Amino acid sequence: MLYIRDLRVSAAGHEILRGIDLNINAGEVHAIMGPNGSGKSTLAQVLAGREDYEITGGEVLYDGQDLLQMTPEDRAREGIFLAFQYPIEIPGVSTAYFLRAAVNAIRKHRGLEELDAMDFLGLLKEKMSLVEMEQTLLNRPINEGFSGGEKKRNEILQMAMLDPKLAILDETDSGLDIDALKIVANGVNGLRNSERAMIVITHYQRLLNYIIPDFIHVLVDGRIVKSGDRQLALELEQKGYSWIEQQLQGGQPVSS
Amino acid sequence: MSSQALDLLTSQDYKWGFVTDIEQEAIPPGLNEDIIHLIAAKKVEPEWMLDWRLKAYRYWQRLEKSEAEPTWANVHYPPIDYQNIVYYSAPKAKDGPKSLDEVDPKLLETYEKLGIPLSEQKLLAGVAVDAVFDSVSVATTFKDKLAELGIIFCSFSEAVREHPELVRKYLGSVVPYNDNFFAALNSAVFSDGSFCYVPKGVRCPMELSTYFRINAKDTGQFERTLIIADEGSYVSYLEGCTAPRRDENQLHAAVVELIALENAQIKYSTVQNWYPGDKEGKGGIYNFVTKRGKCLGKNSKISWTQVETGSAITWKYPSCILQGDNSIGEFYSVALTNNYQQADTGTKMIHIGKNTKSTIISKGISAGHGQNTYRGLVKILKGATGARNYSQCDSLLMGDKCGAHTFPYLEVNNSSATVEHEASTSKISEDQLFYCRQRGISAEDAVSMIVSGFCKQVFRELPMEFAVEAQKLLGVSLEGSVG
Repeated sequence: MLYIRDLRVSAAGHEILRGIDLNINAGEVHAIMGPNGSGKSTLAQVLAGREDYEITGGEVLYDGQDLLQMTPEDRAREGIFLAFQYPIEIPGVSTAYFLRAAVNAIRKHRGLEELDAMDFLGLLKEKMSLVEMEQTLLNRPINEGFSGGEKKRNEILQMAMLDPKLAILDETDSGLDIDALKIVANGVNGLRNSERAMIVITHYQRLLNYIIPDFIHVLVDGRIVKSGDRQLALELEQKGYSWIEQQLQGGQPVSS
Repeated sequence: MSSQALDLLTSQDYKWGFVTDIEQEAIPPGLNEDIIHLIAAKKVEPEWMLDWRLKAYRYWQRLEKSEAEPTWANVHYPPIDYQNIVYYSAPKAKDGPKSLDEVDPKLLETYEKLGIPLSEQKLLAGVAVDAVFDSVSVATTFKDKLAELGIIFCSFSEAVREHPELVRKYLGSVVPYNDNFFAALNSAVFSDGSFCYVPKGVRCPMELSTYFRINAKDTGQFERTLIIADEGSYVSYLEGCTAPRRDENQLHAAVVELIALENAQIKYSTVQNWYPGDKEGKGGIYNFVTKRGKCLGKNSKISWTQVETGSAITWKYPSCILQGDNSIGEFYSVALTNNYQQADTGTKMIHIGKNTKSTIISKGISAGHGQNTYRGLVKILKGATGARNYSQCDSLLMGDKCGAHTFPYLEVNNSSATVEHEASTSKISEDQLFYCRQRGISAEDAVSMIVSGFCKQVFRELPMEFAVEAQKLLGVSLEGSVG
């Protein structure tokens, strides 16, 4: 579904991603871990189409299409969803209105009829129970005055509503207490299926106790330096990222 | 800011720029006492009306000679040649139309094209319309139905003929002929407009509206609106306006006077969409308008809501004189300036009575090279014990070539008054745009959505039909979310 080869990305003249290779198939959940500043969020943003970065090399194919040539909205309509690390506030635009505009933009692209207010509300209520979200949030401006947990639940709600093929979760666990984390993880797990792939970006292995990935990749200094299964996360939890960084500095080939 | 999104939003065509090919009867350009006599004669006006016009003209002439055209506003334009303007132009007709069946089909077609059907079968339910075409009112709908309740809704000319006692009592009582340069000019040459009187205790069951259309070339439009809400009555009034696309600037200098007696309420809404000029700033309407309401009686309320998207230059300060104790004044405004448009707009809230209350919500949006100025005065007089004002002025900038300016003036002469002012300036952020686009919403729709969110406090004050139009004007597809 997603094929990334030697992806190189710079921002303000500084190279952030220095040759990423990654293959993701339908139904798989890949976790990307790494220390702060390793380029995890940059990868998420570039895949979603943020224009502030300069692509200096490599290619990304999504369902056989050249992803890097697509606008952010076309990527979203073709099924790429990014759960933001810091969801954005839009004053005066209610959550329900925002979501309906998004759902209908995507439905239109897929050749489906736009949902009217009643059908939309029905669908919304069904999906809200997935993330145990309060209905009163629907009429409030999106993300404005939401708590950290509410913002992240709102992201997962949007994911559920937009039914993506590839979901990228950027540090969805950051700033969540354990109860909120469980709710969010349950929401995500409820959306796992054989058609849908996910990239879960996290700093901590904690989240991976609840969302169990098929593969784990460790990103250090703009490169994937180690890949493995769930064992790798536990090892990282014990030894810290410095373990890998030391191995790299020692010039040893990294293997797990 | 994605320039692509901006371009899309701001390059929308002005859809109302067509010209109606109709035989017009116009007087020669220029302004002098003969012209004023001629206008009065055309309208078959009584002596007192002509006298008032002449007084106004002489006052205006003095101002013009002493070069007293106001220059304090933050707008710039070459000098206007007042001798080059045609002050009266009307579609040719033998007599004024007696019923809609007699209105020239070309005029009906024009209004239909503008989305304001006047023919009986297609009337907008719940909205009575007075259609003003250049210098004259060409049709007024639902007149009879309103008359059953004692509500008078007719053209200004008809009011002068049929209800002289009301016109004489209130004309100039809120905006005197010598109020300012443009009000004086209007008082001298005004050719028509709408008149409304709602009798005691009557709640007007439908929206009253006037649709102003400028059609003729080189013509100025000078209309007057006078609305009187008698004790305990309520009326909601809307106005809309459009003009053809032309390279020359045209002057529109209107006066609106509102009078609310004890316990009466007037809600006045405007969607101003005069031709704004082209992308290079060529052409467009100069919209120099004096609008003022007087809360004359106790517990009365006047509420102005305006959405200003058109005109090359807007100079306009819908104001409230809060004379009656406990009276309330409100001003809700969205002003958009794009390309080379300039707007200097705001309000004056004059607190005279005790416990008077005013609210000002102003939203300025600047794009392209647009310059947007909020100018407002809150004046609390000595006797206005317990007066309260809340003002909020927000500016949204799109791109880096436009400007937003805020000039709030405060004069407080009573220590028991409470006055609050808040102001903010913001930009549409890349983050907001990207967030929307990541959800599949096009850049263009995202900008519209963010802008309409910014304006929400004002839009929700508009009657539903107008809220829809206002959102569309700002490039928004509505999907039923206003309010």
